[in-house]
Amino acid sequence: MIYPDSKIVLEVRGLCATVNGTEILKGLDLTVRRGEVHAIMGPNGSGKSTFSKILAGHSAYEVTGGSVMFEGQNLFDLAPEERARAGVFLAFQYPIEIPGVINSQFLRLTYNTVQTHRGKEELDPLEFDDYVREKMKLLEMSPDFLERSVNEGFSGGEKKRNEILQMAMLDPRLAILDETDSGLDIDALRIVANGVNQLANKDNAIVLVTHYQRLLNYIVPDYVHVMEAGRIIKTGGKELALELESRGYDWVGVEHKAVAGAVA
Amino acid sequence: MSATGTINAGYLETLLAGQPQLPTSPLAWLNALRAEAVDRVGVLTVPTLRDEEWRFTDISQLTKMPFHPVRTTISLQAADIERFYIEEATTRLVFIDGVYAPQLSSGIADSDVTVVNLEAGFAAHAAKIEPYLGRLTEFRDNVFAALNTAFLHDAALVVVPRDIAVTVPVHLLFIAMQKDVVSYPRCLLLAESGSAVTVIEDYVSLQEDAYFTNAVAEIALLDNARVNHIRVQREGAKAFHIANCAVSLARASNYQSVSVAFGARISRYNLNVQLAEEAECAVDGLALISGRQLADTHTCIDHAKPHAVSHQMHKCIVGGGAHAVFNGKIMVRQGAQRTDSRQSSRNLLLTNKAHVDTKPQLEIFADDVKCTHGATIGQLDSEEVFYLQSRGLSDTAARNMLTYAFGAEIIERIPISSLKCQLEQTVLEQTATQL
Ligand SMILES: Nc1ncnc2c1ncn2[C@@H]1O[C@H](COP(=O)(O)OP(=O)(O)OP(=O)(O)O)[C@@H](O)[C@H]1O
Ligand SMILES: [Mg+2]
Repeated sequence: MIYPDSKIVLEVRGLCATVNGTEILKGLDLTVRRGEVHAIMGPNGSGKSTFSKILAGHSAYEVTGGSVMFEGQNLFDLAPEERARAGVFLAFQYPIEIPGVINSQFLRLTYNTVQTHRGKEELDPLEFDDYVREKMKLLEMSPDFLERSVNEGFSGGEKKRNEILQMAMLDPRLAILDETDSGLDIDALRIVANGVNQLANKDNAIVLVTHYQRLLNYIVPDYVHVMEAGRIIKTGGKELALELESRGYDWVGVEHKAVAGAVA
Repeated sequence: MSATGTINAGYLETLLAGQPQLPTSPLAWLNALRAEAVDRVGVLTVPTLRDEEWRFTDISQLTKMPFHPVRTTISLQAADIERFYIEEATTRLVFIDGVYAPQLSSGIADSDVTVVNLEAGFAAHAAKIEPYLGRLTEFRDNVFAALNTAFLHDAALVVVPRDIAVTVPVHLLFIAMQKDVVSYPRCLLLAESGSAVTVIEDYVSLQEDAYFTNAVAEIALLDNARVNHIRVQREGAKAFHIANCAVSLARASNYQSVSVAFGARISRYNLNVQLAEEAECAVDGLALISGRQLADTHTCIDHAKPHAVSHQMHKCIVGGGAHAVFNGKIMVRQGAQRTDSRQSSRNLLLTNKAHVDTKPQLEIFADDVKCTHGATIGQLDSEEVFYLQSRGLSDTAARNMLTYAFGAEIIERIPISSLKCQLEQTVLEQTATQL
């Protein structure tokens, strides 16, 4: 929801980045304030996941220009774990499997680590167990998943739910959900979207990366951005997603070029 | 004779020096066995890098150390060794520098099970053990097994009678106390038809100086017997540990073994498992080493008869400038049809200087068999590290968690929860200090 005079959570200015020498992000601008829900849409390969992973601090990407401020501090001054502790959360498009690391132990260690850094109380194993089970109910996840290795052998949809479970545990200030809706069946989509809606409040912000209007019926965005070739080329309200759904992306690019041409 | 040969001969003579003082056994066959072993020591030499079976493991240092057989025995109080106790394993035999310590032991000898020092078992079991003691191990071609057999005196004897399932795990605790001493721990486990038992063979140290443990274990499973064998090698940092274990599985018996190696400057474990028809074994191992340690595991799983199953998972976590060796031979003999054998060797290198040599070795002489094997050597996956970091864990904590998980897969297979916790703790501490 848009709140007047809400504080800026994320301010991206002219962000440029390369991977293995190829330029992927080419001057990306985005401002996100507390309480807001933003959707980023755009064709395959336009750089949405790249942008998400740069925010999380993935070392494969080299930032070559621009700036990112998170809650008033330079995001690039922070190591990936410091960003997580400060409240940046990325739900990965392709969550990896970590054989041998038991989900419950992983969740407890990350939860307690983050809590400690935020000056809050840790939970002992029993307290934690109650807490995590409560959050799992929200996502209609079976407690059986606690005893399994992180994401190992999880179905695509189960992995996505496990990502949102982590989001629920870590209570981020800025959650970036990279195609969390892909791979979810209709019921799961509703459940996960409900979960996300319950986690959204006036103090945090959510950036949804998605290809489908479907998700936006459940999690209603305040802004919809179109990303193309490493830049955000159009921003609108929730009705823009509907227009994209019916018309595709081409016209946005054409319109952008025309405007850019007129300016030049 | 070559220069090495001369050094070897002198060295072996020194090692044998204490042997004539061994008391004569009331059993003629046992005296004969020892005498034969002494003869074999006279013929054999200490292996060098030129021996195929030792080409990755240089033990030349061993021959330069002034090791001698134990001369005086040290007595300890229960309080000194309590920290090695395993809660569930109340049946315990303790050996200090290879010498039986009755005051610290809690063996049993009743109609259900015998867990005693070897000579206390002679009266009831001499005839039963004769076919196995010194016979399962090929000491005639193995200088270390021959030396151990030459000194065969105190030994852990476990006999489980027919159809008895022993519920309390048996703890065989070998404690190294004195520097420069070579000790000869020895175990014989006889699981009679349809019996079941869990045995922990545990090597620990109360010293940080150099010493040499030369151990032999022999395990016989008769028809349908089940044995869980957990082997823990947590010797001192300067120790040499060389051990031979021979396991014979009769028809439809089941052998589950987990062996972990954390300690010793140089360690070598030879495990030979022979399977009869329908026998099954799971042979798992973990070596977790760092610094300048070397841990060498040689296993041979011998499918001598049809319809047997063997599963093996061996893992090494190698830090510092350490060196791990795994040689896993699977032998499927002619006629051993329907053999089902699976072997996997997985290795994690924590530094650029860490080193591993892994060699699966399949020798298959039957045609209707299912044998798979694979080996991997790698570092921690950077995507996995990043995933954990993105959830708030430091780089170190993330690496620690992944390293631990890698080792825990083996530790998890230990069926004794307090020992499992103890070892998980050790893995955690070791990985934490290495990263
Ligand atoms: N590690 C890498 N090495 C080489 N190229 C990469 C790498 N990572 C991303 N790219 C390239 O960068 C471009 C942007 O990829 P990115 O994953 O950010 O796209 P996306 O917008 O998330 O696409 P999708 O909608 O398919 O998820 C693609 O052309 C991709 O091939
Ligand atoms: Mg993507």
